[in-house]
Amino acid sequence: MINLASRDIFHSWGKFIFTGVGLGLLIGVTLTMAGVYRGMVDDAKVMIDNAGTDIWVVQQDTLGPYAEPSSIHDDVVRDILGQDGVMEAGNVAYLTMQIQQDGKDVRIMLVGIEQGKPGEPAFLVAGRPITHSHYEALADIKTGLTIGERFQIRRHQYTVVGLTRRMVSSSGDPMVFVPLKDAQEVQFLKDNDALLNDRARTTVNPAFNRPGVPGLLDSVLANQITSHMVNAVLVRIKNGYDAEAVAKQIRRWKHLQAYTKDQMEEILVAKLIATASKQIFMFLVILAIVSAAIVAFIIYTMTLNKIREIAVLKLVGAGNQTISSMILQQALGLGLIGFVVGKTAATIWAPLFPKYVLLIPGDAILGFILVMLMCSLASIFAIRAALQVDPATAIGG
Amino acid sequence: MSKLRFKIILLVILLTSVLAWVIFTQGPLAPVKVTTEKIQTGNLVVEVFGIGLVEARHSYDISPVMTGRIKSLLVDQGDRVRKGQVVAILDPIDLDEKLASSRLIAERSASSIKIAEAELVQAESQSRTISSTYKRYVELHSKGFVSQEMLDAKLNEKTAALAALDVANASLASAKRDQLKAQSDAAGMKSLRNQTRLLSPINGIVTETMLEQGVTVVPGQAVLQVIAPTDLWIKTRIDQKQAGMIKAGQKAIIVLSSHPQTSISGTVERVDLISDSVTEERIVNVSFADPEINSSLGEYAEVTIKLPVQENARSIPTAAVKRINQQDGVWVLQNSRARFVPVKIGIESLDGRTQILDGLRDGDEVIVYSQQAIKEDLKLKIVPKIVGN
Repeated sequence: MINLASRDIFHSWGKFIFTGVGLGLLIGVTLTMAGVYRGMVDDAKVMIDNAGTDIWVVQQDTLGPYAEPSSIHDDVVRDILGQDGVMEAGNVAYLTMQIQQDGKDVRIMLVGIEQGKPGEPAFLVAGRPITHSHYEALADIKTGLTIGERFQIRRHQYTVVGLTRRMVSSSGDPMVFVPLKDAQEVQFLKDNDALLNDRARTTVNPAFNRPGVPGLLDSVLANQITSHMVNAVLVRIKNGYDAEAVAKQIRRWKHLQAYTKDQMEEILVAKLIATASKQIFMFLVILAIVSAAIVAFIIYTMTLNKIREIAVLKLVGAGNQTISSMILQQALGLGLIGFVVGKTAATIWAPLFPKYVLLIPGDAILGFILVMLMCSLASIFAIRAALQVDPATAIGG
Repeated sequence: MSKLRFKIILLVILLTSVLAWVIFTQGPLAPVKVTTEKIQTGNLVVEVFGIGLVEARHSYDISPVMTGRIKSLLVDQGDRVRKGQVVAILDPIDLDEKLASSRLIAERSASSIKIAEAELVQAESQSRTISSTYKRYVELHSKGFVSQEMLDAKLNEKTAALAALDVANASLASAKRDQLKAQSDAAGMKSLRNQTRLLSPINGIVTETMLEQGVTVVPGQAVLQVIAPTDLWIKTRIDQKQAGMIKAGQKAIIVLSSHPQTSISGTVERVDLISDSVTEERIVNVSFADPEINSSLGEYAEVTIKLPVQENARSIPTAAVKRINQQDGVWVLQNSRARFVPVKIGIESLDGRTQILDGLRDGDEVIVYSQQAIKEDLKLKIVPKIVGN
């Protein structure tokens, strides 16, 4: 039994392979788009996981600390530690800002952490954790910073001592971790001009600079530049306790808002990035439809190009089944090459994207099934066209 | 024919192997890359890091004890002053007149003493005369030459004269005391007058003039600040968690923000007994080894305090130490799977090594870096390093 499909493919293998590669690149784009969508959702989820915490305690009536600004006193953590079921609690400060790296602006999320408390990155890819109490930083590799590199935040130079991976904010900005006290200073300390201006304003204010009260002005000025606020307290609960029950206690008695992991995921995934991710998803759907259509057209036209050969086949007495299976096999082969090329291309170029592209095996399998389905579907139309060919065209044409 | 089949099989194998390579080495199914290290034994240099401000150990705010207007400021910022040197003068207003007045009162009281003394002399002479007269009358009365009535009259005169003497004595004493009081008043007024001159308490340097000439100051309000310039130290804030092993006398390395490239040696001078309860920091005062240091007060300084070297300490990179459910531990590679081993940790060095007191054997492969958080069931692949640095 001669395999007509393979004979035909090897007859014009160059054309076949190039068509397959072209198709593959298209499939690759679709798979990447799916990866972009998944990556976006994953960015939000990974931030929740990386915080390594069970409960976020934030300012009352806010959706903080990621979706809304939140500000609480940094001694609140001690109240929280006294709550039943709380194992560990740590202050954190978050601040989205830009730093200069190699002369370029890099958008980062600055995270202030306390050593040994929740909020620290769970793993490093290089370097060491922060050991100095000030001016050291852990950076995500996406920032482009390297170990030993120094960069400026506001008034101080920070040294990168360790690198992390996949530590990003919900919008995909890489995180830079610094000691909490530094982050508090960065967040609340004004620039020099503003400080001098404020100082001058206070000095000329007779309420704060009364002649009979020495020391009052100094006290007021000192009060203006100190800040003991943080954005959230991260809480780890003891084994066997229910996160929601502990969160409820905190909400009820501490006059603070507390979110569990599920609630935080709801805030981030369902609310914060909802529109952006839907936008990408819509585009993904359209891209998938267009890709499917193109695959179908390619297979259909490829068959129509061979209409004369098919007529010859018919003339020499080939059965309908032989011709149908030849077209189907070619279509499936094309789909297979396309998928392999697409998957490979997507995997190779995914890490080059500035934001995270997450290719999950489920998507790939679904993509494979869809590609094969589309190829089969397209070949049905092609087979119909082929079967209707009048053998006479082989001679007449 | 067989050639064709061979080609097909070759193509299929090629495609499958490319796909398999892609799936198992690049994508999400790829093993997690980790680096491992074995425990090391050696000297562990332990240091503690903190930041602080350069301060004068003793700084003197010179302020008046009374309200007054600054008449003249005799020194300016940066001037060297001697102990006892007049640095500012307050306007005495009426103090000079008051001093003159109290001196006059003292002089007047001297005259009062002279009057009282003369009066005393007079009273004494009177009482002597009357006493002898009375004596004579007593003799005459006993012989019956004068009446009892006349004798009584003379007795009365004598008693009065003695009383007048007492009065004169008391007047003199009172006048003397008045003089002492007036003298004290004058001396007090002089002291007060002297307080209008503000003196430097030490040999030092003027660091700040807070007020200007013509300003009225209240008692306790600082006019000038004077410090001893060779007596500077750094008020260093050390995280309470790391402050436990710091003792006076330990060596320190100081980097001033004005000289970021220069390391200056110093010594821990004093560890304050009171911690800052809000910032959870301990105050450690570090002095400069060389007192002649070119630094400004209030300047930022980074201080690294050297603690005693731990000899023959077994240590691993700090990056390997994880804390799970309040238990310190490390991930150890066993049969290419990770297993969490609880360990007892000792001190941590600033360069990122942690002492292991217990829980690890010498040959254990400890996972240091990983591409993602380690879990027990992860497929792992050991690489020399994860990022090329």
